[in-house]
Order: sequence, then C-alpha cells, then structure tokens
Amino acid sequence: MRAALSRRSLLKAGAAGGLAAGFLLGFRLPLARAAGEFEPNAFIRIAGDGGITLIMPQVEMGQGTYTSISMILAEELDADFARVAVEHAPPSDKLYGNPFFGIQVTGNSNSIRAFWDPLRKAGATARAMLVAAAAQEWKVDPATCRAAASQVFHDASGRNLAYGVLADIAGSITPPTDAPLKAVKDFTLIGKPLKRLDTPGKVNGSVVYGIDELPAGVKFAALTLSPVQGGKVVKVDDSKAKGLPGVRQVIVLDDVVAVVGDHTWAAKQGLAALDIAWDDGPNAAIGSAEVWAALRAASTQKGAVAKAEGDADKALGDGDRLDADYEMPFLAHAAMEPMNCVAHVTADGCELWIGTQVMTRVQSEVAKALGLPPEKVIVHQHLLGGGFGRRLEPDMAIISARIAQKVDSPLKVIWSREEDIRHDVYRPVYRDVMSASLKDGRINAWTHRVTGSAVIARWFPPAYSKDIDIDGVDSAADIPYGIPNLRVEFVRKEPGVVTTGFWRGVGPNNNVFAVESFIDELAHKAGKDPVAFRIAMLDKTPRLKAAVQMAAEKSGWGGALPPRAGRGIAAQVSFGSFIATVIEAEADADGEVKLRRIVSAVDTGIPVNPDTIVAQIQGGLVFGLTAALFGEITIDKGRVQQSNFHDYRMLRINEVPAIEVHLIESGERPGGIGEAGVNPCAPALANALFAATGIRLRRMPIDRDALAGRKPA
Amino acid sequence: MITLTINGQSHDLDITEDTPLLWALRDVLGMTGTKFGCGIAQCGACTVHLDGHPVRSCMLPVGTIGTAQITTIEGIGATEAGARIQKTWLDLEVVQCGYCQSGQIMSAAALLANTPQPDDRDIDDAMAGNICRCGTYVRIREAIKKAAGVA
Repeated sequence: MRAALSRRSLLKAGAAGGLAAGFLLGFRLPLARAAGEFEPNAFIRIAGDGGITLIMPQVEMGQGTYTSISMILAEELDADFARVAVEHAPPSDKLYGNPFFGIQVTGNSNSIRAFWDPLRKAGATARAMLVAAAAQEWKVDPATCRAAASQVFHDASGRNLAYGVLADIAGSITPPTDAPLKAVKDFTLIGKPLKRLDTPGKVNGSVVYGIDELPAGVKFAALTLSPVQGGKVVKVDDSKAKGLPGVRQVIVLDDVVAVVGDHTWAAKQGLAALDIAWDDGPNAAIGSAEVWAALRAASTQKGAVAKAEGDADKALGDGDRLDADYEMPFLAHAAMEPMNCVAHVTADGCELWIGTQVMTRVQSEVAKALGLPPEKVIVHQHLLGGGFGRRLEPDMAIISARIAQKVDSPLKVIWSREEDIRHDVYRPVYRDVMSASLKDGRINAWTHRVTGSAVIARWFPPAYSKDIDIDGVDSAADIPYGIPNLRVEFVRKEPGVVTTGFWRGVGPNNNVFAVESFIDELAHKAGKDPVAFRIAMLDKTPRLKAAVQMAAEKSGWGGALPPRAGRGIAAQVSFGSFIATVIEAEADADGEVKLRRIVSAVDTGIPVNPDTIVAQIQGGLVFGLTAALFGEITIDKGRVQQSNFHDYRMLRINEVPAIEVHLIESGERPGGIGEAGVNPCAPALANALFAATGIRLRRMPIDRDALAGRKPA
Repeated sequence: MITLTINGQSHDLDITEDTPLLWALRDVLGMTGTKFGCGIAQCGACTVHLDGHPVRSCMLPVGTIGTAQITTIEGIGATEAGARIQKTWLDLEVVQCGYCQSGQIMSAAALLANTPQPDDRDIDDAMAGNICRCGTYVRIREAIKKAAGVA
C-alpha cells in the first residue's frame, strides 16, 4: 500500500481547482544545471521544453508567499504565469539568505519587503538575457524586441521565439548588471488577485507536509520531554511497555524518553506504559507568580533608551498627567501541524524531512548535535502546517535526530499536542509602564518602558546591541503620533523557567497594545473622541491618518449601538504597513464577550496579491483575537499547565463575526502583512470593551470577572 | 485482523482493535490526507465520514467500525457535495496553511449532503468542532454558502 504512495516527484496541480500552474515538491542541488537549461540565477530555471521553475527562497506556511514571490519573478521575467512551477529552495544562506538577516529565514513579515528588489532584478536580468539571445538569433537590435508570456517577439518582422527554444543560447549571454525594471503602470501580474499555487493539493489530501512523509522502512516514535525545562531523566521502568504489540524500542536520553513502534498508536501506548522518574532540576519551584513578581520588579528599573526626543521628564510635569501599566501573558503557538520531524541517521550522515522556517539552521544545528559536517545533513523542506514563529526554532529537528540516532531505520517523531503546548518557545510576558501629560488637548509628554525578554538576543545575537531588543521596541520607539517630548526604554528580563520566542505579530503585539490602549485612555481623559484625538496627532504619518479615517468611516464610527456594546479603534505602523482597525464588541452582565464586527483599513503599499493581503488580515485578526479572548500559558512548579485545545482555547467559527478588510490604493514599496493583522486585536478589543462597559482592561487576556464587576480590573 | 472499507475499497489490517482509525489510515495504509491535530477530538483535523456522518478518527477505535463505509479526504471528491465544497474552497481561496482543511472540508461536505440549504446557525453547529489556526473561518462560511447556492 505504502509503495503506491510515492509522492516525491512532480505534483501537477489537482484537477479539483483546474489550476494551470504546477507544483513541484522536493528540490535539487543549487545551480546543478542540466543540458539545454537556462539557469540565470538561483531563483529561475527554464527548461528546453519551455517549462519554467521558480525556486522559493522563503517558505510557505499559509501566508501565500510562494504565489507572491512567483508573481514578482514572473512579472519581470514576462513568464506565462499559468505555466510556472515552484520548488522549495535547498539550504543555502549564500543563495537564499534573507537580505534583512543574511541567513535563510522566513519571518518578521519581510518576505516581500526583503526580496522585492532581488526578485525583480533576477526576473528582469533573465528576461534581458532571453531577449538578447533572440536578438542574436535574428541579428537585430535587442531594443527592437519585446517579451511577453514566455516568448520574445520581433514585431517588425513578425517573428517570435519561445523561452524554451532560447534557453540554451541565453545561457551563453553575459548577464547585464542594469536590466531595466518595469514601471508600476506596466505590471500585468502584480496587483491582481491571482489564484494561489499551493492550494489545490490542500483540498484533496494530496499535499505532503513534513508530518506526512513515509520514507521506506519508516518507524514511528512518540516522545515525552522533561516536564520542567532543565530537568533530567533519573530512571525509566519499561517492563510494561516492551511487551505491547507493535512496540519496538524504548530510547532514553538525558532529557527525553521516546518509544518506537510500528505505528504512532503503538508508540503512544508504549509511552503511556512507561514509568519515568525525573529530576526536575533548578526550575522546579518556579510558577507564574514568581515570573510576574520578577518582571514587575524589573519594570521599576530604568531601561536602555531606544528613543528620546525633547525632555520627557520635565514635560510630564507640565500638563494633566496620566500613568498606566499594561501586561501581556505567555502564549504558545499551537500550529495545527504539531511539531515533528522524520529523521534517518546512518553511518554516512543524516537525512531530515521537515517543514521549517530556518532551513540552514536546522541543517547546522543537527550537524552539531550529531557531530557531523553540515553537508552530511540533507534537509528536505515541505509546506508548513502553520509556522507563526514556532518553526523558527530547530529544536524539533535536533531532538528527533538524537532519537533517530539510536534507530536503524528512518524515524518519524511526532509531538503529541500536549508535548507541543508544554514544550514550546513561548511569546514572552511583557509589562509596559506608561506615563503621559496632556496639554491643550494634545499629548505633551510620553514615556514608555517595555520590560520583557530580548528574544532577538538569543535567536540572532548580532542584531542585539546597546541592551535594546529592536523587536521588543518595534512600533513603540517609532510611535506614529507627533509628540514633542518622548522617551521609550527597554528593560531586558528573561523569565528563565521557559524559553521565549517569536510569535506571530512579534514585538508590535505588545507595543501596539500598550500604545493604543494608552492613547485611548488619554483621549478619554482629554474628553476627545478617540478617532479625532488620533487624527489630530497624525500629521507626520499621513498614510496612517488616511487608514484611521477610512476605518472610522467604514465602521460607522459614532453610530448608535445597543447597551453594553462599543467600538474600539487601534492604529498601527508595523512591518511597513499602515493599518487602522475598528472592533465592535459587547459584554454581557456575566462578562462574556461577543464580537460583533471588525473593520480594517490597510495601506501596505503596492499590493502584490490583493486577495492574499485580505486573507492575511482576516486570519491575523482571528489569531490576535484568539489570544486577546483566551490566550494565556501559566506555570506551576516549573510546569506549563495548559496542554491541549480544551484548556488552551482557540477561536471557533461560531465566535467569529463579519470581518471587512479595505485596501487603500498605494504606489509605495510593499509592506509586510502576515504579522500585522494580529497587532490591533488586543487594544481595539480592550478599547471597545471600555466603550461598552466603562471598564478598562490593561492585562491580556481579557478578564471576564472584571467585566462583570466581580473584581476590579 | 481488522477489515475496513475505505473510499469503497476493502483493506485488511493487522492491528489491535483499540487502534484509532486515524493512525490506521496514516501510518498503516499511508493515507496521510487525514490529519493529526489534538488526539482528543477537540480540533476536527482528523474528521472522516462513517456512512456519510462526520466523525473524529483520532478517537475512533477501528474495532468499533464494523462494516460502516469510511470516506476520507482522498475520496470525498467522488461525492457530489464533496466535489462542490472542494471547488468553492478554491474559488474563494479559503485555504492558507491547509493543515486543518481536510477536516474542514469533510465537515462541510457532510453538512452540505445532509442539509442542502444551511443557514448561519447550521454552519456554526456543523463547523464549530473544526479549529483553523490560520483563521480562515470567514471564507469557510462564504464557501459553504456558495457551494449550497445560498450566497
């Protein structure tokens, strides 16, 4: 049966969608050029039969980037988009490094921002070479030729040649360094809501995520990691597990125990039958109370100054002063595809099947763990069943490879949902200490101290300097409002008991919450309408001003609502996008919250694929509202207390209202969009609930007891 | 030996009766379209049909299935409702990461087959057991309505 499922080869688009473009799984070594092929750069390959393969430097985790990247390349290449196929890039920082980081990483909503220029240049250069090849064949001036739909035309003589026919000759043309880029008005693909290339296989079960791989002879493992980070195995009694049907092997490493079986169920049964004694290690006494006490204490210290203008301390004394603190909890990622990796370790090296946001890091870290040179670790990339920052970490690959090292066959290691939630890298707890003064109805002074983890210091040390986490102050140091006296500080405080990481929306989630909640509080203190108050301070950020105006207009801002219902707005500049969001919500007498309507106005510059932008904002809002309504990871005795979707709740379809996304026309460079939709949720919801109830919630997730008046907010 | 009828085809499996259908499909038969999400019937990623009704395969022991007809995402396109759901899913570009969508489509196809003109309440009732972490719910609702011809 399994042999019939050889799915590693070319997967043409499914019949269900009638989609013309092909989707290619797997990859091959970079620049291994076949005869008759034209491979002008690391992103484009044109075969003699005219087939065009585009190699994706960024990974597809649902955000639509494979389609958008292909559109940019095909636009400048003048490729027939209906006939392009896409391929995962192999690991190579040199060829596929993200220009923003220098390593091969997908995150921070920067796929389009970082690759906009390189991809356009790659496409335009290849097009120029194909045009030059045709001109050489025809012995005409290249300037008299034009390209369209994978062909070069010489209109004067009525001749044309297909790219495939030109492939061989084009390979001998010297690449120009200054191939002209198209003017925005000449775009034929960019700006159109083209169909996604990755979705047909996702509606009929044929798509293969990392978790679906079944290399010949594969066995299956279930694992349990130390319940407390830093703990170690003391003793394992496997006498009850070893006799169970389908159980093959029990593997005990210092911090993980795994059972190998003929299938996952056998492995799970074996794992459940083990009696494991752990030494919980130094974190065993720590709980959420200790984490919060330490964070709050740290937030009273002066921080590293990320931004200073005017004299904030002096100006705080000049006007009507307001102080407030805001707090954000730990969060797990809970991607629908649980952590997993298929690993095959042999005497010669290691082969991995995985979906990851960090190809080269997986390769190098697994190599390090196994004592191999990196080139001995082969990484097969896949589509990701959600990333959200969780797959920016290589831990699942390292652990799987360490287990697979003890097994004589390929091994598929799958984290149970409980292991996935309890061994995440968590969105940090943050505390924001804010002060401001109002003078003549405007903000005269503003201080904002962010206290929390410096995720970037762990994840990418070169970007951490002067004690400031650039992500930790993102959308705070660059606050969009005109405020004459301003200081933004960062205090690093690591929780220790768990590792923290990037989580969709990253630093701006915390900062947009603090800034937009506090702005709202100041508007009310000044006796102003929250929209008018913001607009009056946005002269220096006209794109955001326009977004606020549009969101207010489309949401019916100021219109009548039933009792205990309200509208809240949040405005943000994040990831190069300018977004305003109005949430309409109500709270009943028992504190239960119902979302009524959401309206977002979005200026993200030139829209590459407008439908993808709308989808990302819709989805980001649901992701952010899930956190605002339910999201909190708590710790007791060093252990994460949540485990699965019954106690780490997700928003469901019956809880999601109508969401309207309005795009604002723009000719500016494209901004990022995957993270941005998450940012406005906490503040817009808290502001709406204040409008509905008069109760100000300064801590996420929302407190239903406070909304019901059972306890102070 | 357990005998299961899946997408109209009979399969003999040498597994214990308590094995959940999910792992029989994925690991023993290599039919990986059905997804593992939570293991406790909370997320719906593993949804398949048993005689046309949606069930969570992660908690369904194969020994309890008997002669019931199993339909999976690999076979749902052969049903009229399933094919319509798959088409509108692509027409409205519902899918993002896609991992939950096998389960969403199975739940939606069952809804459409059993309730040809679903209203919002019907959609909530049928789909609330399926979590989508990418947040595609707005489009799922639209796509079901479009497939039903009520939008």
